[in-house]
Parts: sequence; structure tokens; C-alpha cells
Amino acid sequence: MTEPQTQNGNALVQVESLKKYFPIRKGVLSREVARVHAVDDVTLSVAEGETLGLVGESGCGKSTLGRCIVRLLEPTAGDIVFDGQRIGELGARKLRPLRREMQMIFQDPYASLNPRKRVGTIISDPMRIHGIGDRKERKERVEDLLRVVGLSPEHYNRFPHEFSGGQRQRIGVARALALRPKLIVADEPVSALDVSIQAQMVNLLEELQDEFRLTYLFIAHDLGVVRHVSDRIAVMYLGKLVELSPAEELYSRPIMPYTEALLSAVPVPDPDLAEKRERIVLEGDVPSPINPPSGCRFHPRCRYATEICSQVEPPLVDYGNGHLAACHHPLNVDKETLARVQASPAHTPEAADASALPQEPGKERANPLGPAG
Amino acid sequence: MPERLLEVKDLKVRFATEDGVVRAVDGVDFELDRGKVLGIVGESGSGKSVTAMTLLGLTRDKNTRFEGEVDYKGNNLLEMPESRLREVRGAQIAMIFQDPMTSLNPVYTVGDQIIEAIVTHEDIGKSAARSRAVELLREVGIPNANARVDDYPHQFSGGMRQRAMIAMALSCNPDILIADEPTTALDVTIQAQILELLDRLRADFDSAVILITHDLGVVAEVADEIVVMYAGRIVERGSKRNVFYDPQHPYTWGLLGSIPRLDRPKPKKLHSIEGTPPSLINLPQGCKFRPRCPHAFEKCFEEPELRNRVEDSGHLDRCWLSVEDKRGLRDSTIAGEARVPA
Repeated sequence: MTEPQTQNGNALVQVESLKKYFPIRKGVLSREVARVHAVDDVTLSVAEGETLGLVGESGCGKSTLGRCIVRLLEPTAGDIVFDGQRIGELGARKLRPLRREMQMIFQDPYASLNPRKRVGTIISDPMRIHGIGDRKERKERVEDLLRVVGLSPEHYNRFPHEFSGGQRQRIGVARALALRPKLIVADEPVSALDVSIQAQMVNLLEELQDEFRLTYLFIAHDLGVVRHVSDRIAVMYLGKLVELSPAEELYSRPIMPYTEALLSAVPVPDPDLAEKRERIVLEGDVPSPINPPSGCRFHPRCRYATEICSQVEPPLVDYGNGHLAACHHPLNVDKETLARVQASPAHTPEAADASALPQEPGKERANPLGPAG
Repeated sequence: MPERLLEVKDLKVRFATEDGVVRAVDGVDFELDRGKVLGIVGESGSGKSVTAMTLLGLTRDKNTRFEGEVDYKGNNLLEMPESRLREVRGAQIAMIFQDPMTSLNPVYTVGDQIIEAIVTHEDIGKSAARSRAVELLREVGIPNANARVDDYPHQFSGGMRQRAMIAMALSCNPDILIADEPTTALDVTIQAQILELLDRLRADFDSAVILITHDLGVVAEVADEIVVMYAGRIVERGSKRNVFYDPQHPYTWGLLGSIPRLDRPKPKKLHSIEGTPPSLINLPQGCKFRPRCPHAFEKCFEEPELRNRVEDSGHLDRCWLSVEDKRGLRDSTIAGEARVPA
């Protein structure tokens, strides 16, 4: 398998074969009867100063992955390297100094702020907990932060209920910035907001990135918003990383059919175009991650699926230019690229159908090519 | 000539609160014909949901004042007594809400809740109602409906719950289906499914649909006519093509510009409407959008009326700018900063 590559600079976060299973327990003895495979063997990295978009439907494990990275959840297997330090198994005490470096912005601006605390307290609490500055310094810093996120210092003594959804989300951003983190994991930061306010938030997050040299992991289900913030985009489906690509390339030539379907689900605000374009409506919901489908996990909903898809799990293959995808029937791949792909012959549609044999990922075979369909 | 189902005339809704009078809806007019989809678009607090709920008498309260008229097939719904309104509600005008989790009762099965809706409005036996519920669930695309009818809401996914809500709303073959942000809580993939479903059902059931949303992208595919609301008023109204290809109000431009578009090159910065909607207790003087409008001038301190200013007589707007000025200004606004000619 190919190492996911970062385009520039050093990796701030490296996720190595990360797995997170949630046990389902039943009975008096709480015996484990099944497991939810929330994140299943995901390897990726986020470069310093980069924004990695993480996209997928509800239940694909994108939030779980984000929470594992900031260690709000403990990974079942695999490891996370943050700024050169392995943090997958660190205990709470050793983690604490690292918590400053990574912060989170949550989806729901109503549920993520304590309604009984004043804005000033909400934003300064992280600093108090980490023993930064005295009371006066903290207050000054909070007032600065309020200005930075587009609120006014007079809001210091207000309560969250006095603010609109968009303004609350700004408070959440100010809180995340309070400790001057390197990494911010933004979990659906705009999906609870009106479209007009979404644009404000997206622009704000971009400005802040330039100003504070932040690294973002931007989690969303909507490929439209992600395009504006991301340098690279990772697509997840049922706990698996299925495509990873430089942002613009993902939109111009998606390789995985799931990505194609996600793209076509984004509404186009243009009636003529909307009528003309072919829309791929994915049938049904995401299957249960307790018993994920065999082979390629997307195959029951995929319109290109053939027999091999239900039997063999496609490995994540590098199609060049840092564009990785896991699919037996890759789309938008020209002959030469396909020839360059260091994978088994099963990765051309014809060959894939012909040989439904389990393969060693990454193992090169003699004649890796049949013509692309 | 299609049958006119609903005519809303100069509707005003005011809530008396401790802080003052909230003018949630302030003079709204529109009509709805059978088989048509009307999109009502606006931000939170623009009065779109209050308008919809008022149609069903859901905003009635001792602190609410109504003015105007809601004419449904010759009856004014605003003055209809509660007992008669109960017959209309659900049976002739049905509603689906934004959050399918909170609008289904968690302690009853999905089937029970659909059956209840049917039995309330029709003289029909329990078992007949049940088989109708199963059929409806199948109609809205619930797999294995025969078994799933006995599931509780928590056993359904978000998309399935919204489908169940739609099944319930359709259970009595309503004339009008009001969908209040039916897809906002859902994934884009599920949103696509639900929109497709609404479009198909409109044809199958020959109903009219009022689709309320904050996202113009959602109405681009399904609406026939679009009403854009701001601060309790209609600021622009016209056919779908009018609103998308010849938008006349700067607020509409702002809404169009803030949608991240996949069919165009990526602008450096998304256009956003600065600021927040005004307080409905203390509305700004003149045009209500003036404080946020990048093109405001002196005249805007007077309130413009909603009227026709362009060639197409069905296209109304509420803006003082001349049509030529608007056509010159709007493209740069909608396209975002990167594509403003230097």
C-alpha cells in the first residue's frame, strides 16, 4: 500500500492504521456481543498549515476519527503521531500539555456552550485550566479574541442565549483559539447554520488560518463547503478511507463512485443546469457498521458494482499526484495513469471482473494492464 | 386554468412579548395553485416558518394578533373556529417539520402514529388504516414496510424518519403539503432522495407543496415559484427562472452568492451577507435590508413597495435601485470577490 503523502511541509498529524471499535454489550454480565466498526484501518496525515477536509455521510466514522485524533476517544488499535510525538496511548496526565495544541469546534452551537456561563468565562476557561496568565491578562486576551472572531468586547458579560446561531459559533471559535493551538478539528462547524451565515463562518475560518498559521481538520457531509476551505480532501465510507485527493482534483475527476455520487447530491442553484445534469441518487442509507458489507463496503449502493466488489476489498491505490482511491472500477482514470498504478491487474474493470481472487495489496504483477473501460 | 387552492392576502402576524411587539410577518401575499410547488426562502427569523404555521392555525395564542386573510377554497383560515380547523389540519393541509426526531413521538411506533392520523380524519377501521399505513410507508420508499411499520422512531435513521413524516402527512391525501426545512437536518445524499420523493409525490397525489428553506439550491430543482422573505416581508417574488436568472433584490443576490458552487471555478472568498438579520421588535427605518445592503443609498430610508419593475409582470421586488443598475451590479455580487473585474 502506498503511504499517503503530504504535499508540502511536515506532517503535523499522522494517523497510522487507526481503528476504533465500540463494543455493544448485553446481558447481566455485559458480555460483548458485537462491535461497531466506526473507524477501520485509516491511515492519513495532515501537513502543518494545511486544511484537510474529511467528508462522508452520517455514520461513516468521520467524527469518530476527528475525536480520536484529539484523543477525546481512545483508539482501539493503531497510533497517532502529533507533532512528532506518539499520542495514541498516552495517559490523561501526559496528554494534558498536548491538549493546548489541539482544539475542537463543534457542530451544534446551541449544545456546545454552557448556557449558565458568561461568554467571557466560556472563552477564558481553557486558559484558566491551563494556568495561563492572571485574571487581568486573560480578560484582555478574551477581548482580543472576541474582536478577532468578529464579535465585540462588550459581549464579554453576555450569556450564550443572547446570541444567534452564527454568533454562538463564533464564540466556539474564540474558545478554540484561546490556547493558541496548532491544530483545530472542526466537526461540521457550519452545517447547523443558514447558508448566508455559513459563508461568513467559512471566510472567518480561512482568515484565522492565515493569521494564526492553523492546521485544520474540517469535517463535513457537504462537498460544497469543503471545497472552499480544503487543500486536500479525504472521503470516508463506513469507517474506511475510500478516496484522498488534492481538493480541486477531487471535483474535476473523482475516482471512487461514492465520491461521484456525493458530488452529484450537492444541489446546484441553477434551474437549467439542475434539470440537465444527471443526478445519481444513492439508494437507501449507509449500512450498519456493526456488520459492514463484505468486499468493498460501498458495493450494495454502487451502480458500477460487479461480483468482485462483494468479495474482495479494494486496497487504497495511488493514482499519482497524491490522489488515492480504493475501488475496483475507478472512474476518470486514463490509460497511462492506470498503467502507472502500482497495483494488481484486478484494478482495471475488465480484469477485475475476470479474476475475483484475493490479492496482496501493493504487490506488483507482471502485466498490470488491460485497457480502461 | 389550474385550481386555486390558497390565497394569502396581506398577512400580518404579531406576537406581544415582554420586550415589545414582534412583527414576525408583516404584509405577505401569495397564491398557490394545485400541482405547484412554492418555495419560500429566507434566513432564520425572516418569518417563513411563522407564515407556514399560521396557515394551519399553529400560532394561535392570546398574545398573537393576526391581520389579513388566508383564503383556502373560499374559507378564511384565520377566522375559522378551532374545531373546524382541526378537520382541515392534517386532512387537507398537512405539514412536515424540520427535525424528524422531535416531531415523532418516541414512545409510539411509527405505524401507530400514522394510523392515528388516518383514524382521526376518516371513518375507517383500525386494520384498514394499518394496511394503508404500510402502503404509505412503501410509497415513500421504506424497505420492508410490512415489518418496519411496528418499529419505534429510534429504530429509523434520520432519512427514514423524515420519510415516515411524509407518509403521515400524505395519509389523508392533503391538498396542500407544507414542508418546513424538510432536509436541513439530513445528509446531502439523503436530501437528494427526499427532494426527489417530494417531487414524485406532488405528481402522484396531485397536491400543492409549500417548500420552506434557507438554501436556494434546494428550491432550484423542485420549485415553480419562489418567494424570498426578509424580516417578515417578501422582498422578491417570481417564477423560478426569474429569481435565478434575473434576481432583482440585493438580498437574493446575497443568498445566491453564499452558496458554494461546484459548477463554477472556486472564488477566492465566498460572498457573504455581512451582519445579522434585524430584530423584529426594532426594525430599521425604510428598507429592512438597508443596514446590510452594500448598495444602499439615501432613498433606502424610505420603504420601497413590493411591485413589478421588470419586463415580466409576474416578477415583483422591493428595491429602489434602477433595473439597469441592478443588472450591472448583481453579477459581481453573486460571483464572489475573485471574479469582480479589477
